[in-house]
Amino acid sequence: MLSRVSLAAVLVALAVALSACGGSSGGGSKTLNFYIFNEPGGGPQKVAQECSKQSGGKYDIEFKFLPNQADAQREQLVRRLGAEDESVDLIGMDVIWTGEFANAGWLEPVPEDVVGPASSKVFQSVLNTAKFEDRLMVVPIWSNTQLLWYRKDKVPGGKPPATWDQMIDVAEKQNLKINIQANRYEGLVVLANAMILSAGGKIVNGPTEVALPEEPTKRALEVMRRLGTSKAAPTGIDTSNEDTARLGFETGDSIFMVNYPFVYTSAKENAPKIFKEMGAAVYPRVDADKEPKPPLGGINIGVSKFSKKKDLAFEAIRCMIKAENQVTIAKMGGLPPVREDLYDDPEVQKIYPGFADVLRESIDKAGPRPSESPAYTDLSLGIQRGVHPLTKLGAPDEAYDKLHDYVEQAVKREGLL
Amino acid sequence: MSTAAPPQVGAAAEKPQKVGLTERARAERKLAWMLCAPAVLMMVLVTAYPIGYALWLSLQKKDLRFPDETGFAGLDNYATVLGSGLWWKVVGNTVFITVVSVIIELILGMIIALVMHRAIFGRGAVRTSVLIPYGIVTVVAAFAWFYAFDPGTGFVNDTFLSPDDKAWFGGRGSALTVIILAEVWKTTPFMALLLLAGLTTIDEGLYEAARVDGASAWQRFTRITLPLMKPAIAVALLFRTLDAFRVFDSIFVMTRGAQDTQSVSILGYDQLISRLNLGLGSAVSVLIFIMVLAIAFLFVKGFGASVPGQEDS
Repeated sequence: MLSRVSLAAVLVALAVALSACGGSSGGGSKTLNFYIFNEPGGGPQKVAQECSKQSGGKYDIEFKFLPNQADAQREQLVRRLGAEDESVDLIGMDVIWTGEFANAGWLEPVPEDVVGPASSKVFQSVLNTAKFEDRLMVVPIWSNTQLLWYRKDKVPGGKPPATWDQMIDVAEKQNLKINIQANRYEGLVVLANAMILSAGGKIVNGPTEVALPEEPTKRALEVMRRLGTSKAAPTGIDTSNEDTARLGFETGDSIFMVNYPFVYTSAKENAPKIFKEMGAAVYPRVDADKEPKPPLGGINIGVSKFSKKKDLAFEAIRCMIKAENQVTIAKMGGLPPVREDLYDDPEVQKIYPGFADVLRESIDKAGPRPSESPAYTDLSLGIQRGVHPLTKLGAPDEAYDKLHDYVEQAVKREGLL
Repeated sequence: MSTAAPPQVGAAAEKPQKVGLTERARAERKLAWMLCAPAVLMMVLVTAYPIGYALWLSLQKKDLRFPDETGFAGLDNYATVLGSGLWWKVVGNTVFITVVSVIIELILGMIIALVMHRAIFGRGAVRTSVLIPYGIVTVVAAFAWFYAFDPGTGFVNDTFLSPDDKAWFGGRGSALTVIILAEVWKTTPFMALLLLAGLTTIDEGLYEAARVDGASAWQRFTRITLPLMKPAIAVALLFRTLDAFRVFDSIFVMTRGAQDTQSVSILGYDQLISRLNLGLGSAVSVLIFIMVLAIAFLFVKGFGASVPGQEDS
């Protein structure tokens, strides 16, 4: 009897404790929680602040910062969305998450009246990353792409070669390095995808079918193998990422680097001597007669299906993506606008001195990763395992079989990865 | 995380005699149960429920990214895991890391425990300084080791250890070496502390008697110290093996499982957190749980691990 009483007491105490911590975390009814990484330039914060002010008290955007690395950002977001967290209103999404988030039913489709402003003058390549099954699910706010950075003082003739093979020849002859991203992470998928696309192949045909045409894929793998085993490969190539590549280039031991434009401002501060000799060109080709397919990055803003303030959220998005706000973000953090027409703006030209046109061409020609697949994470993990480490990549036939097996397993969503 | 429930509780509870409990003893036992009840209830709520839920999930086809494709899967998830070459490779890695690091920790820990036990001056200072690594957050310690060995930021490549510019995390062997070193550095103090507790229970008189009989230092160590410390060693090994088997932080920080350095915990994390495949991931977790139970069982039954100080009446 006594035990029943004490049991009841414990249960009551527990219920009180649980209800106390289950309180709403949404803030005021005007607060829109924006989950996004802390962009170091501070552009998005500035823009959000302006928009909140302009709304005349209708909404107030509050930032909830996510980690810096894309993988870690995604892991935190999917945990919240998987648990149907109502406190998430706006989501800063990497371009590769659209398919997964949309298929899982976590995104509110972009309403008709926002589709117009969201896609006006926006690069087609960028817009494609915002769609799932032909429907606009998220709104692009800034883009990103990798360029080929080179040393004007070291490259013969002052102009960079067009293909990877020529680049490796030049670097080996000069005894200098080529910086890429080849750790086993998303950055390696960026490289592999660009290589395969530019060799004329592709990784998948839609979400459930492996493409990987034999001849172009083997050609791409051959180039990657040469890159990994060349003496132009830096020591830590198998653990390299955007930052190690940047640091390597800034030491002056390198002649080429593929990387995002943030390296330009970084070199300006950290290595002024190198900076003076730094040139930018469109991402290298695999074969001279085939187009380059530069990588595409950037951020799209999504509205959570579980948000209680979807209309307000889309209103805030309409404000944040305005042309002048895209310029502000570009000015403060160097993040390229998604509107094509802005690259003629003298202010934008000044942000990317001498390479605004290269940037526009690069985003325009960019080859996106196969992120329309809802199981993109599996695919990404599979591709990473298929080609890592570059220094031990097998001969094309062997490497092709390995990559093909992994991609097939990923597409079928079978087994462990 | 919650998988390392103290295995000794059951062993201790089996002992009481079955015959003729007096009225008073029965009342006392009832009181004991009532006093324990809230704690037991709490334990059931916070450990049994998640374990049961994980078991249930492991029998389902459930992937958060594909909300429409759910259903009962029976043992399919287990078949997938156990039939995968990756799983066995990862189990191999984990066993390797566990065995090597625990052996090194045992030897170093024993030496440190003896030093701490025999320290004549500054006993408190010695014991405190030895414990410092154990007080450091594992992730922080892992980052410290990572940055030390990283070719870009580390000092190791500038020392005699490595005359060339070596990419430590670029190869399986060297990456595993650094991971094991970090583990050993971090947890040897814990091992030493447990062993020290065992050492202090040994009666000094035994050593004096042995010395009188002409036993050498080595004989005193092997004939007196080791046998009498057996229970303490078994417990220390048990705790450390269970811990080491679930190694996660160091690997996550240093390689994230690249170059075939995954442990079973990393594999489970990848399925659950990265791929959101709750069915498959739960199957991995349940298998880890079973292996941890098996290790605990082996230690308790095989080596007679028990709580230090417990009489074997």
